[in-house]
Amino acid sequence: MRIPCPFCGARDLSEFAYLGDADVERPDPAAPDAEKRFFEAVYLRDNPAGPHDELWQHAAGCRSWLRVTRNTLTHEILGASLARKPR
Amino acid sequence: MRYSIFGLARQALSGHRGWQPAWRDAAPKPAYDVIIIGGGGHGLSTAHYLAKEHGITSVAVLEKGYIGSGNAGRNTTIIRSNYLLPGNNPFYEWSMKLWEGLEQDLNYNTMVSQRGVLNLFHSDAERDAAARRGNAMRMHGVDAELLDADGVRRLLPILDFENARFPIKGGLLQRRGGTARHDAVVWGYARAASSRGVDIVQNCEVTGFIREGSRIVGVETTRGPIRAKKIGMAVAGSSSRVAAMAGLRLPIESHVLQAFVSEAIKPCIPNVVTFGAGHFYISQSDKGGLVFGGDIDGYNSYAQRGNMPMVENVCEGGMALLPWIGRLRMLRSWGGIMDMSMDGSPIIDRTPVDGLYLNSGWCYGGFKATPASGWCFAHLIARDEPFKVAAAYRLDRFSSGHLIDERGQGAQPNLH
Repeated sequence: MRIPCPFCGARDLSEFAYLGDADVERPDPAAPDAEKRFFEAVYLRDNPAGPHDELWQHAAGCRSWLRVTRNTLTHEILGASLARKPR
Repeated sequence: MRYSIFGLARQALSGHRGWQPAWRDAAPKPAYDVIIIGGGGHGLSTAHYLAKEHGITSVAVLEKGYIGSGNAGRNTTIIRSNYLLPGNNPFYEWSMKLWEGLEQDLNYNTMVSQRGVLNLFHSDAERDAAARRGNAMRMHGVDAELLDADGVRRLLPILDFENARFPIKGGLLQRRGGTARHDAVVWGYARAASSRGVDIVQNCEVTGFIREGSRIVGVETTRGPIRAKKIGMAVAGSSSRVAAMAGLRLPIESHVLQAFVSEAIKPCIPNVVTFGAGHFYISQSDKGGLVFGGDIDGYNSYAQRGNMPMVENVCEGGMALLPWIGRLRMLRSWGGIMDMSMDGSPIIDRTPVDGLYLNSGWCYGGFKATPASGWCFAHLIARDEPFKVAAAYRLDRFSSGHLIDERGQGAQPNLH
């Protein structure tokens, strides 16, 4: 697997660290159902077979956090952008 | 047909022309009492214990491919019960005891070999942790021996003891641990279940669930709809996909774990050995190949194959422990899809959907759990209550905070 880092170009998998599903967001701790939403954010995952948006860090490169779309069935990388960019 | 030395002699005298298929390749019936989704070790052992221990023989095991084609055929065949936590240890020891009587129970040679599992340590802190684990095991009635470096040297003189960075200080040995023949376990359970009337249906992929109100009453498959009073899922790495058809989200991520085998060499590693300063474990098969593995690749995957960085990582672990294996050629490597739960421990429980039962979250440890997993899942399905040694493997433990985090790593599958 080679991940196209927006700064560094296509780089080998070994330079990157994986965090997981990019659509997990920290819930509002003041929300009335915060307990349930924290449980869902910490533990529950869609875990799809197919395209998956996920967070990788270019840890041995520019250290940027990336939002990578990858097919979990084939390991094909479908796209990568900076994670901080508003969606 | 019961297997015995006399049967073998009879077949030998008649030119081995009288052997029958070991189990029936059944076509699906319209309805059963119980459907088990997944024809791997866990699904087939569940069917066996449903029939044998609970008298429920109207059972179908539905398998998408052929039986044993998933993780049951992709593991490194290690059996052990060297667990620390109270929620885990009795379960894996139950499994170990079932392994010890499995061949007699199934009338099938599953090649259970209690050659010992040795976890090495390389520092004083690791020795303390090993002693604690060994004490916990012995207090649960499990065998454990703490060996010093000389004790390990007597067992395995071939290791690199004077490694400058990771000198071997000793190891925790479970003599009753060892290996079993993974395919024979699948075939043995299939034969035993089939002989009691269980239908094993291959090339039958579940594509959806049939609902009546809030209850699930059957499955849609590529070979037509099949109804059942109760449905159990034992689909390992595909748990999230099957659960999604029932509208459930699970505390599971699917990750790829690679394993490797070298060319065959003369006997040199009599036990299962694990490296304590990295994640590397190795044993030698009866054919002579060194069977070894390490960590999951660490990213979500359903691809059943991994990437080169983890190959390098595993081989570095091997080279640190046994520098001479650098001279061997690697024969094969492969990957399996692990159902990594968020705390590293399995789930055997009812689901919020009536009629649907879940057996999942085995992480790396599914093979050794095969007998107890089936035993406990069958008990749960038959009686609607957990068997005593699996009572902690609840689905709701993640929301209630009763995690079973054997490695103390936290809620990230790629840390377990």
